Amino acid sequence: MAIEILMPALSPTMEEGTLAKWLVKEGDTVSSGDILAEIETDKATMEFEAVDEGVIGKILIAAGTEGVKVNTAIAVLLEDGEDASAAVASSAPAEAAAPAAAKAPAEAKGPVATSVPQSPDWAEGTKMKQMTVREALREGMSEEMRRDETVYLMGEEVGEYQGAYKISQGMLDEFGPKRVVDTPITEHGFAGIAVGSAMAGLRPIVEFMTFNFAMQAVDHIINSAAKTLYMSGGQMGAPMVFRGPNGAAARVGAQHSQDYTAWYMQIPGLKVVSPYSAADAKGLMKTAIRDNNPVIFLENEIMYGKSFDVPDVDDFTIPFGKAKIEREGTDVTIVSFSIGMTYALAAADKLAEDGISAEVINLRTIRPMDTETILASVRKTNRCVTVEEGWPQGSVGGFISGVIMQEAFDYLDAPVITLTGKDVPMPYAANLEKHALLTVDEVVDACKKVTYR
Amino acid sequence: MSAKKADAKPNVSAEELMGHYREMLLIRRFEEKAGQLYGMGLIGGFCHLYIGQEAVVVGLEAAAEEGDKRVTSYRDHGHMLACGMDPKGVMAELTGRTGGYSKGKGGSMHMFSKEKHFYGGHGIVAAQVPLGAGLAFADKYLGNGRVTFAYFGDGAANQGQVYETYNMAELWDLPVVFVIENNQYAMGMSVKRSTKSPSLWERGAAYGIPGEEVDGMDVLAVKAAGERAVAHCRSGKGPYILEVKTYRYRGHSMSDPAKYRTREEVQKMKDERDPIDQVRDMLLTGKHASEDDLKAIDKEIKAIVNDAAEFSKTSPEPDLSELWTDIYADQ
Ligand SMILES: Cc1ncc(C[n+]2csc(CCOP(=O)(O)OP(=O)(O)O)c2C)c(N)n1
Ligand SMILES: [Mg+2]
Repeated sequence: MAIEILMPALSPTMEEGTLAKWLVKEGDTVSSGDILAEIETDKATMEFEAVDEGVIGKILIAAGTEGVKVNTAIAVLLEDGEDASAAVASSAPAEAAAPAAAKAPAEAKGPVATSVPQSPDWAEGTKMKQMTVREALREGMSEEMRRDETVYLMGEEVGEYQGAYKISQGMLDEFGPKRVVDTPITEHGFAGIAVGSAMAGLRPIVEFMTFNFAMQAVDHIINSAAKTLYMSGGQMGAPMVFRGPNGAAARVGAQHSQDYTAWYMQIPGLKVVSPYSAADAKGLMKTAIRDNNPVIFLENEIMYGKSFDVPDVDDFTIPFGKAKIEREGTDVTIVSFSIGMTYALAAADKLAEDGISAEVINLRTIRPMDTETILASVRKTNRCVTVEEGWPQGSVGGFISGVIMQEAFDYLDAPVITLTGKDVPMPYAANLEKHALLTVDEVVDACKKVTYR
Repeated sequence: MSAKKADAKPNVSAEELMGHYREMLLIRRFEEKAGQLYGMGLIGGFCHLYIGQEAVVVGLEAAAEEGDKRVTSYRDHGHMLACGMDPKGVMAELTGRTGGYSKGKGGSMHMFSKEKHFYGGHGIVAAQVPLGAGLAFADKYLGNGRVTFAYFGDGAANQGQVYETYNMAELWDLPVVFVIENNQYAMGMSVKRSTKSPSLWERGAAYGIPGEEVDGMDVLAVKAAGERAVAHCRSGKGPYILEVKTYRYRGHSMSDPAKYRTREEVQKMKDERDPIDQVRDMLLTGKHASEDDLKAIDKEIKAIVNDAAEFSKTSPEPDLSELWTDIYADQ
């Protein structure tokens, strides 16, 4: 029987890809392990191997086709003795071989963010260019490395591999191995080495492959980096950036899916930022590298491939401690950061349909936090909902709600609702993962609740 | 080449060789199927295949006794199959279904079986090393004569906690075999790029732990070394290190473009050193089995794997209430 070769999923976050190149042609005999095609995923170009043996009967998707959805039939494989007519007969569209599971995590992440309205970060009429969060991070780091010889990047697979998530792609070529340093898998050790080098005058950027692995290094982040300036009576500190993807990716289970924002937010001596858009990513990155303190820079893997407008100017920075009102409104204030913003903004759209006007605040800096902007907004709307993927007890929202209660109690017309991820380790199963994460509907419901609708 | 080796090794029964062949083939076919299901979107997240490394775990399991323990990293499917866990339960965990060993809540990297003394599937590189010593600590404490196999990679071998563990394991004579599965790469980082130590097992000498290097593509050599290690541990002399030289054929995980090594390098390993082909050759040249016998085994294994795949597709997703269970004991 002819077998349909389906477009494979080749990464945890891939939904579609480009069929870059066929390495076989119709009539070729292949056996399992042979490379059939090159496929570009959201992260890399991958070779796609045959699993079954047979003859390529028909190629259904031409080389160079972009946006081929996972599980689309791309070719037909004939078994011994079959002829091409079998191929034609069976080349009808593949029925959905993948279960809902395959798509669930993507849906759970909320809709893709689109453009951002006017901004305090750049003047009206500034020339803009589109780029992904990934490119923005890279550009921010590269610009600072060009500007300042003491800045270097260190971490696992940042160099020759071009970055586990391709953030540092091309940087080894440009800056060389002295400044783009591949480390063994020794987080505690290299974080300590980086802190020492910062104490001695360098400006390290430490990439954690993900922040889950920074737990191996957390002693140096807190005891060595955050406290040295204080303990030395101001003589020396650790001007450096610890960065990497934070929070849940897709289907990677409990040990690889955790939001650490609230953890680091607690530590005096650390600054903590978490960008949402590409403009945030670039502007905050440049500020982080220049800052004379240890900065925790929390990225999000799901956001890496999303595109946004970024000002096309020489030296674009975003100050720390300044939140951004991404959308103005009058009925309820939604405060969020990082990927949480995608839920917040999508909810605001939905609420608008029901005549509820939501103001959406993108925190960007978590510590020091721009509580003034939050309070001013709450004094206007009299209601607040906070949105984050982390856990409820000791959350960012819990802190915000405390501040509002102490500073704007009389302005509140409803208790603050602090929306978080569920109070459970992240499950692997697709349906459970979806329920562990926030949804846009939860944000909408919370806003309706505080506005008594 | 391998036939000569077989002749040189006495006391290997045809039955034993067949057993190794069958177990290694089960792992390989199972992993190929897992790769296929991943491509179809039935398995999500990270999925690290064991193809190429089959002889390591099959050889060492042959040296283990009932009740011995094992713990490993995220590259764990082979270990689970080799210690007798049900392929259906493993595959259903990969697809995140209730029939999986962790009811779908753990996934590829996090599976456990109390019954088979398999203590996981751990996602944080090297975390399983002190855990393995801890299992051995408990066995010594309880005086039950058990030995633990703590498996970790060449990349993991650079983590500091490994050396803290070595020190205490030797200090307290813990019955643990540290198995370094040196497949030459940690993601894209080759061993040569991550350390100047000429060998990984010799680092144990600094703590007084004996060890040896083993050809991990030769299941009989692995088994023999495993027996030496186990004898050392079981006799109360403390830990032992095996640095098993092996090779992974596939990328680090499903999303690894593997640009750090050449296609030729991989092909050469497959052609010249494949652990399954080596045993196959021994069976055929030693006239322990005919082509037809092996075909029959292939068919049998294929059926087991297809059943597992079928089960993993039809086993239901966990009930939503499962989100809230197993967070605390005695809930
Ligand atoms: C503490 C920690 N750092 C980084 C990672 C990301 N990571 C997962 S596997 C891996 C490579 C490990 O290589 P090795 O120990 O040789 O094992 P192999 O994958 O070859 O079996 C890395 C860097 C992690 N999971 N945990
Ligand atoms: Mg390795």
